[in-house]
Amino acid sequence: MNQAIRNTWMAVMLMFLLALGALSYVQFFAAGDLNDNALNRRPLYKEFDLPRGAILADGKPIAESVPTTEGQFDYQRVYNDPELYAHLTGFYSLTFGSRQLESAMNKELTGQSDDQWLDRIKNLFSGQATQGASVETTIDPRLQKVAYDLIPNGVQGTIIVSEPKTGNILAMVSKPSYDTNLMAVQSSKRANENMNKLLDVPGLNINVNPAVGHLIPPGSTFKIFDIVAGLESGKYNADTVMKNPARIKLPGSTATLGNFYGGNCAAKTEATLAWIVANSCNTPFVSMSQDLGAEAFRKVTTNFGFGQQLNIPVKVTPSVFPAELTGSQLAQSVIGQFDVKVTPLQMNMAAMGIANGGVIMEPNLVKQVMAPDLRVLSTTKPKVLGTATSPEIAAQVTDLMRGPVQYGTARSAAIPGLDIAAKTGTSQIGNTDLVNSWITGFAPADDPQVAVTIVMEKIDFKTGSSLTSPNLKKILEAVFNQ
Amino acid sequence: MSELQTPPVPRRNMELLLLLLALFVSLAAYYLVGLNTDVGFDQDFLVQGGILAGLALMVHVSLRIWAKYADPVILPSVVALNGIGLAMIHRIDISKGSTVAFRQLLWTGVAIVVAIVVLWAIRDHRTLGKFTYIALLVSVVLLLLPMVPGLGHEVYGARIWIKIGSMTFQPGEIAKITLAIFFAGYLSSNRDLILMAGRKIGPLQLPRARDLAPMIVAWLVSIGVLVMQRDLGSSILLFGLFLVIIYVATGRISWIVIGMVFVTVGGIFAYQTMAHVTRRIDGWLNAFDPNVYYAKYGSAQIVEGLFGLANGGLLGTGLGNGRPGDVPLANSDMIIASLGEELGLIGLSAIVLLYVILVSRGLRAALGARDTFGKLLATGLSFTLALQCFVVIGGVTRLIPLTGLTTPFMAAGGSSLLANWIIVALLLMISHNARRPIAVNPSATGEVATAAPGKNRLRKGAKA
Repeated sequence: MNQAIRNTWMAVMLMFLLALGALSYVQFFAAGDLNDNALNRRPLYKEFDLPRGAILADGKPIAESVPTTEGQFDYQRVYNDPELYAHLTGFYSLTFGSRQLESAMNKELTGQSDDQWLDRIKNLFSGQATQGASVETTIDPRLQKVAYDLIPNGVQGTIIVSEPKTGNILAMVSKPSYDTNLMAVQSSKRANENMNKLLDVPGLNINVNPAVGHLIPPGSTFKIFDIVAGLESGKYNADTVMKNPARIKLPGSTATLGNFYGGNCAAKTEATLAWIVANSCNTPFVSMSQDLGAEAFRKVTTNFGFGQQLNIPVKVTPSVFPAELTGSQLAQSVIGQFDVKVTPLQMNMAAMGIANGGVIMEPNLVKQVMAPDLRVLSTTKPKVLGTATSPEIAAQVTDLMRGPVQYGTARSAAIPGLDIAAKTGTSQIGNTDLVNSWITGFAPADDPQVAVTIVMEKIDFKTGSSLTSPNLKKILEAVFNQ
Repeated sequence: MSELQTPPVPRRNMELLLLLLALFVSLAAYYLVGLNTDVGFDQDFLVQGGILAGLALMVHVSLRIWAKYADPVILPSVVALNGIGLAMIHRIDISKGSTVAFRQLLWTGVAIVVAIVVLWAIRDHRTLGKFTYIALLVSVVLLLLPMVPGLGHEVYGARIWIKIGSMTFQPGEIAKITLAIFFAGYLSSNRDLILMAGRKIGPLQLPRARDLAPMIVAWLVSIGVLVMQRDLGSSILLFGLFLVIIYVATGRISWIVIGMVFVTVGGIFAYQTMAHVTRRIDGWLNAFDPNVYYAKYGSAQIVEGLFGLANGGLLGTGLGNGRPGDVPLANSDMIIASLGEELGLIGLSAIVLLYVILVSRGLRAALGARDTFGKLLATGLSFTLALQCFVVIGGVTRLIPLTGLTTPFMAAGGSSLLANWIIVALLLMISHNARRPIAVNPSATGEVATAAPGKNRLRKGAKA
């Protein structure tokens, strides 16, 4: 009997060993995977109890965590001037997760980035909570405000101002905007109520920053790529005289495509490329597309960044130039219609590339990351994204883009004494009367300081044009009269 | 093979020393909770700490009077477990705004007083052997109580409680003890018949049906009742109790083999026919499937427990600094996950080792007991404690499916606390009888031939 009791003890020990083994497995070996599991909300809760770093614009916090005694967490995320920066900062929500910079810079903001490992080790021994680093953006609050106010309430639009020589983005605004604080509330019930309200706002999608996430047909701003393709082929230059019929038959089809009815194109049936660009005539580019073939345009758009997934550090939706094109589809594509779709940032990169002598600098929103003690952890250095074209061709394109402002479609952007290069665009939306109104350009043309892109979506033509060229002028005045 | 390695000295001072250590650990845990949750060093701490210390010392004094040779390690281990459990329940109270800790302290008081009464009233566990069939009757009544209309009370689909006024109680917890008494009593008096008579089929020596029938019938009825009440955990516990007592009584491993076959067959049958068992198994196998996780009665509980354990990791978040309250039933069924989160693998391992010590000491008492009844009872009760720990920890860690069993001495719940303290009283009593010097009570000698401590002491002496 005693032997049986001893055997029972052995069985009991085996059970306890199994239990200890299972605990060791869960708490030690599998702990990492469990902590990373998508169903696990504890890491998020932990984050909410720690001081998260601030997001700054010109040293002032636009998103910061302040200590709170209300709610279940020690800190509350607060957005200052939330509508102005909503699409940039995104939000940090217990219920809906995080978006935009809050999401893209989460490691830095929570203090988990590689640059902060030494601080984390120190905190481990001192018992202090890990403080997140602050993220200083490249945004110029003054320009941001000017740009934001230029989009009327109720209009869906985006304005981007950037530095072609560095790729730094100085302003990036979109309307409709929203109060990001509504998403940062701790109660999930209230967060859901707020979310439902925001879902009702027409044209607003809180998950997307339109500047980097909306794909829109570029209309005639696409002609910048046409010009590059034409000049690169060696068959065209500014003085090349081209036929400019009012309508042209689309290749392989009975349909025709005409010049825009409101413009000056009807004045000349034959004109130089310079005049055609200035007045944004369509039919000569249809001929050019047949002459050069789809590959020429695909190469140029690829060089300018189409199809490329960028992180600036927020994710940028790649712009699209369709893969397979019939002659007729190519003809519509080269005037920025059919299935050609771009983000506002892509057209801003086009302007930056031309302005910077053919070299596109990587667009960037983050200037530097600073530790809680203000020590700079990392600084973003300007990076070359790629060479879009040669300096010679860039210079010729710049010259051609002066035309619209001097005597063409962008005359209302002209500022006496300032050398401006720009290209307008209007893309039709299906069979509706609504259009997307574009302008993208830079100034001063001989020494570009800023590239500006404006797009007003789903708007009637007249209102659209009144919000693009005149607003380009106002932004450039704000930049150069400071 | 020495049967008695501990020399017959009372060791009550050693117990007192260990008891003070256990109380220090418990109160330190309680204090840390207050410190880390900003509740601080309040009056509750002094009152509740004082009550726990007073109760523990009462048991100690009782042992000095009625069982001075009792194992000195059992009581401190139990007090430490009970104290840490109280601190953890208090901690969950703070995060949930509940007041379970006070009730648990009240029940601790009741349980300890009952344990003292058991020590005082019974003195010698062999007295219990006389009540074999009364124990059976009491077991059946206790098990049937929750089925009585108007008295029974159902929680989470399990009908294992009775409710009087606002008080609920699980009579099944006590039934485990009375059944253990019955099994031990029946087998100790019929052991010879069972071992000798019967036919041998292959390697299996089968007893005559009429010798074992009362046992098996009693056991089947108990399990049947528990199955009807949908108390999976208690069924497993009873099964284990039955198997271990019959194994120790007969010394035949074949009983375990047969038992395991029964478990397998029964398990498959239950899985296929009982919805709540199916749900548990599915929740266990596919715990991380979002559909199962979000389902009603799904795997959320076990998965949250795993997340809590993982959050604790090796060192734990510190008492009061984790989020154990996020786990459903954090202070009862899932208290192991709560402890694991805040004390870490290291802290939880220490707790598991306390159970190892407790169970080992119980089995040590069984080994030393001079009568078959004592041996069987101590083994059965110790094994029950171990099995509970295994089923709970295995369930929480997803080693086995989760069943609603309490962690002895720690989980919130009065019935379990009361039952386990009675078990402790019985183990202390048996260990006292095992360890006391033979000369003091000559009547205790000669009952079991294998237990001849005098001879062993001689042999030990000769070696030294």
